[in-house]
Amino acid sequence: MSNIADMFFNLDIMRQALPLLMQGLVMTLKLCAVVIGLGLIGGLFLALAATSPRRWLRWPTMALIDLMRALPPLVLLIFIYSGMPFAGVQMPAFTAVAVAFLLNNSAYYAEVYRAGLQSLPSGQWEAARATGLSMPQTLVHVIIPQAVRNVLPDLLSNTIEVVKLTSLASVVSLAELLYQANMARSVTYNSSPLVLAAAIYLVLLWPCVRLVSRFQRKLSI
Amino acid sequence: MTPMLEIAGLEKNFGDVQVLRSIDLKVARGELVFVIGPSGSGKSTMLRCCNRLEEPTSGSIFIDGRNIMNALSADLNRLRLQTGMVFQGFHLYPHMTVLKNVMLAQTKALKRPKAEAETRAMDMLGRVGLAHKAKAMPTELSGGQQQRVAIARALALDPKVMLFDEPTSALDPELVGSVLKVMKDLNAEGMTMVVVSHEMGFAREAADRVVFMDGGVVVEQGTPDQVFGNPQQDRTRAFLSRVTGAE
Repeated sequence: MSNIADMFFNLDIMRQALPLLMQGLVMTLKLCAVVIGLGLIGGLFLALAATSPRRWLRWPTMALIDLMRALPPLVLLIFIYSGMPFAGVQMPAFTAVAVAFLLNNSAYYAEVYRAGLQSLPSGQWEAARATGLSMPQTLVHVIIPQAVRNVLPDLLSNTIEVVKLTSLASVVSLAELLYQANMARSVTYNSSPLVLAAAIYLVLLWPCVRLVSRFQRKLSI
Repeated sequence: MTPMLEIAGLEKNFGDVQVLRSIDLKVARGELVFVIGPSGSGKSTMLRCCNRLEEPTSGSIFIDGRNIMNALSADLNRLRLQTGMVFQGFHLYPHMTVLKNVMLAQTKALKRPKAEAETRAMDMLGRVGLAHKAKAMPTELSGGQQQRVAIARALALDPKVMLFDEPTSALDPELVGSVLKVMKDLNAEGMTMVVVSHEMGFAREAADRVVFMDGGVVVEQGTPDQVFGNPQQDRTRAFLSRVTGAE
């Protein structure tokens, strides 16, 4: 019994590993900021293109979104990080991870936005256009705010997935939270750093998970 | 004097279906023209062509002497300010207060300064009897109140013509009166109006002219007394006896 406590909940080792894990956390948060920030914007543009009345814009966008959703993100990441150099395209681990997850996540965000855009009655468009608002003005002031409000829980839900997804970056040796924890494990011959990393993810994400549940309850009323 | 609104040779096809076949209609300044007809007769489509919410297949639409069919898209946004439109389903913006609903196009499309837009919005809300609801959200209002806000939203842009697309069809009967009263007052103040509606009583009372449409053409038109009292065409008689038969 004391053996289990020693292997998984060793406070001494956790204390030693903490600075390393904090560095990892900073990297994880940086990665999240890039992927979530750009993903929210990229996803919106993809969704607008995917719901465009113009076929030449809609079809390629939908194909891209489908491709990105069907491709496992880890496959995409390893292809970009380890496969692309054969074509002469080499990038640092952070960039490779950011690009791979951005592609993957913009597609997921796009699907969420698309549901929100399509949930709006066409009368909202017509009312806005009939009062002389241009297409961009109608989008910015009338359509997008309502669409986003309608899918806020799903956007947040997807954002939680992104944070979890970033742990895959450890595969290409990017020093984010999981990678650092695993390093600490191999140096100390003890699993406590992994438990600590799991606890940090939990502290980070549990409030978000609760928030999503509350949103969903509120919307269903 | 040039008519405020002139529709000339208007045709509209949806795929193979010809919804409008060469419509000609002139609406004088300050005139209230009432358009009646069975559903599918093309009356709403005709109205929606007047601000190019529906793109005509061919023909011309003149607003105050200017052919809006020649306008390119940026120009079209400006020209749409001249036609106020009121929809069957109100279509207020549910995420904004009543006041913001009436201010939005003023500040964004008309580029009015905010303070001026707000004053104007409050004026218009007062005109439809809803100044006290300025801070309310649309969902807190009854259907009749929402429709009056929609009218205020259109009026705030100083349109030359108001287009009403079945403005009372979605309302409970007891709420219809308040909307019709606002419309009557508006016409009394000189607004040019085209109204697609089934409110025959209102047409008799307030319309300068009644236009009967069927199968994508104007079958007959005249004063309410002429069209309702002494219709010339069989199709008009058949329609009128159908809609008033129950009375």
